[in-house]
Amino acid sequence: MIKNKIKMNEQSPKERTTNFKEVALGYTKQQAIEEAKRCLQCDSPKCVSACPVEIDIPKFIQQLTNNQFKAAYNTIEQDNILPSICGRVCPQEKQCEGACVLNAKFDSVSIGALEHFIGDFALKENYSPSHKITPVHHKIAIVGSGPAGLSNATTLTKLGYDVTIYEALHRFGGVLNYGIPEFRLPNDIINQEINKVKALNVKFEKNVVIGKSITIDQLFTDHDYKAVFIGSGAGLPRRLNIKGENYGGVLYANEFLTRVNLMDAANFPTTKTPIKTGDDVAVVGGGNVAMDAARTAKRLGAKNIFIIYRRDETSLPARVEEIKHAKEEGIEFRLTLNPVAFNGENYRVSTVVCQKMRLGEKDASGRRRPLPTDTYKTFKIDTCIIAIGQRPNPILSRANDQLKTDEYGRVVVNNHETSIPNVFAGGDIVSGAATVIHAMGAGKKAAYAMDQKIKSS
Amino acid sequence: MYKIVSKTTLNNTTDKMEIYAPFVAKNAKPGHFIILRVDKAGERIPLTITEHTDETVTIIYQKLGYTTSQLGQKIVGDTVEDFVGPLGQEVEIKEASTLLAVAGGVGAAPLYPQLQAYHAQGTKVDLVIGAKQQRYLILLDDYKSICNKVYVCTDDGSQGTKGFVTDFLKQHLKNHTYDHSIAIGPLIMMKHVVSLHKTFNLSTDVSLNPIMIDGTGMCGNCRVSIGDKTYFACIDGPDFPGEKINFDELISRQSFYTEEEHMCQLEELVSNDKK
Repeated sequence: MIKNKIKMNEQSPKERTTNFKEVALGYTKQQAIEEAKRCLQCDSPKCVSACPVEIDIPKFIQQLTNNQFKAAYNTIEQDNILPSICGRVCPQEKQCEGACVLNAKFDSVSIGALEHFIGDFALKENYSPSHKITPVHHKIAIVGSGPAGLSNATTLTKLGYDVTIYEALHRFGGVLNYGIPEFRLPNDIINQEINKVKALNVKFEKNVVIGKSITIDQLFTDHDYKAVFIGSGAGLPRRLNIKGENYGGVLYANEFLTRVNLMDAANFPTTKTPIKTGDDVAVVGGGNVAMDAARTAKRLGAKNIFIIYRRDETSLPARVEEIKHAKEEGIEFRLTLNPVAFNGENYRVSTVVCQKMRLGEKDASGRRRPLPTDTYKTFKIDTCIIAIGQRPNPILSRANDQLKTDEYGRVVVNNHETSIPNVFAGGDIVSGAATVIHAMGAGKKAAYAMDQKIKSS
Repeated sequence: MYKIVSKTTLNNTTDKMEIYAPFVAKNAKPGHFIILRVDKAGERIPLTITEHTDETVTIIYQKLGYTTSQLGQKIVGDTVEDFVGPLGQEVEIKEASTLLAVAGGVGAAPLYPQLQAYHAQGTKVDLVIGAKQQRYLILLDDYKSICNKVYVCTDDGSQGTKGFVTDFLKQHLKNHTYDHSIAIGPLIMMKHVVSLHKTFNLSTDVSLNPIMIDGTGMCGNCRVSIGDKTYFACIDGPDFPGEKINFDELISRQSFYTEEEHMCQLEELVSNDKK
């Protein structure tokens, strides 16, 4: 057996920072088969239960080694309609690959890369999902076309429901679309996988803000829906709450990434949404969104880009792969620093003042708690992008006081059902900002709860 | 795609356009706004809903920016790519037996549904409406039918009193009192009106129209400092009490992309030249 995993080809750092094309180039067929052969086909595989949607991983890998690409796709698609997306953006090292027994001595099987390969192969060959439809004909409305909504829709459609997804923006995919940059997840891949969901007869309506355009009550009374699933995500940026945060040049990662990903601002003025970074760009935060923002700024032509993070490198919440990619692209890490103020003239930012932190005892997250010191550092900046997390989108809870939320604005659920009967919820709106695949897992589980509730009523 | 069902020219820079959008029309209330995108390459811009039927929504826009100019080239029967709403909070119509309303330029458009609502609840409304020149005054006849008095100011004196609305208000408020006021217009006008009204102990609500992308609380571009708090105009507004708003910060934020806006317009001129 080969001890080390087969590395996926990538665009070189020098080349890729001049374009928005995908960094990872994917496995070739030979590479995929060779990597698949590394799987030990465990009797009781740990990878499956480590997957939030419980894909039958050994089965699809076995099929792959046998050149049964269509069968492998159908194995995955049973549980996950978005393999090309999840193969790219799942934190596999913490999930399936983290649980792989090979980890004990060698590299784990590159399950994510294999899923990515099968997903893309299925798109190229135009494989269609196999599913049995048992017509029930009840109408279901889904709020939001992000990972939770797409997964909920797919599961419910396969159970025989008549499903419509309402999206507030003009393009489908939620955070996949407005949040994750093209160099990690090309829009074309999102559109093609969403087309697979459409092919299951899921209906998609854009430019409809549930809670505004149609209230939850109206979904039941005027539109005859039997149940509703809320998957509206964590779209509200978390603030630093420091002086000068509202100056021009200080923006949230949501805005920065939306301008580029959703509005295609990199092609301004051919497209009409502008963006500018200047030369010196600070990105506050250490998660994947911060890495995305920094690497996007690089591609827009910023010269000096640095991450400001209040803990040390080992505590960075971003995936190791993203940190590595950022470093290769020249993103600098200025660690154990916490921004305390922005300065500038005429409400335009020119510097960020950071307090040096030291690391204390471990906190609840298992990481060493950052503690303030008396030392401060000031950096000259043209732009600061704040990427310290998102809170649940408040539109629905504000529009409907029956919808119970907790102190963080998260929708409270009991067996996936909210405080409003027949209204279910899942994904970031319930959990707070998490991962694509956790949202998909929640959407899928909620679908079964919805089915059960409808059938028992 | 959303079809344009009627269009009226209000003056050489301002149009009124009615668009077929039942999902927006159904729940539209005074204070609500929409976001539209003219075509697939377009930016998303917010505009206040001035009127609506069960299925259509009317907007009024001034063709000053690139997107509004592009919208102005559309005719009845054409479509716009995206049209979403109603967004924002419905405006709170306060109890008041007398109200002073101040409109500046195209600000007269978002003010209109609010004054209709005040008029409907029996509030006696006096309006001070200002514009650069007579030809930029809009909705005068509509306002005359719902207001007790309409006072006109123009910068050049081509109609009504010559000067800014604040020049007029300084004199007017010496011998008129009101329970409450609303001012909608350019930021600089709202800033000065609010500050003047403070000296007369008159409360002033304003309506903000900052740069927005999604309009659902996601991007945070539309944030506004009020006192020591930050609000998002898209989900907390667009109407706010004016007294504690940091207008200077807003004015700076509003002009952040001025050069880029200019680039868009130049591109358009060049491409028109080639045609």
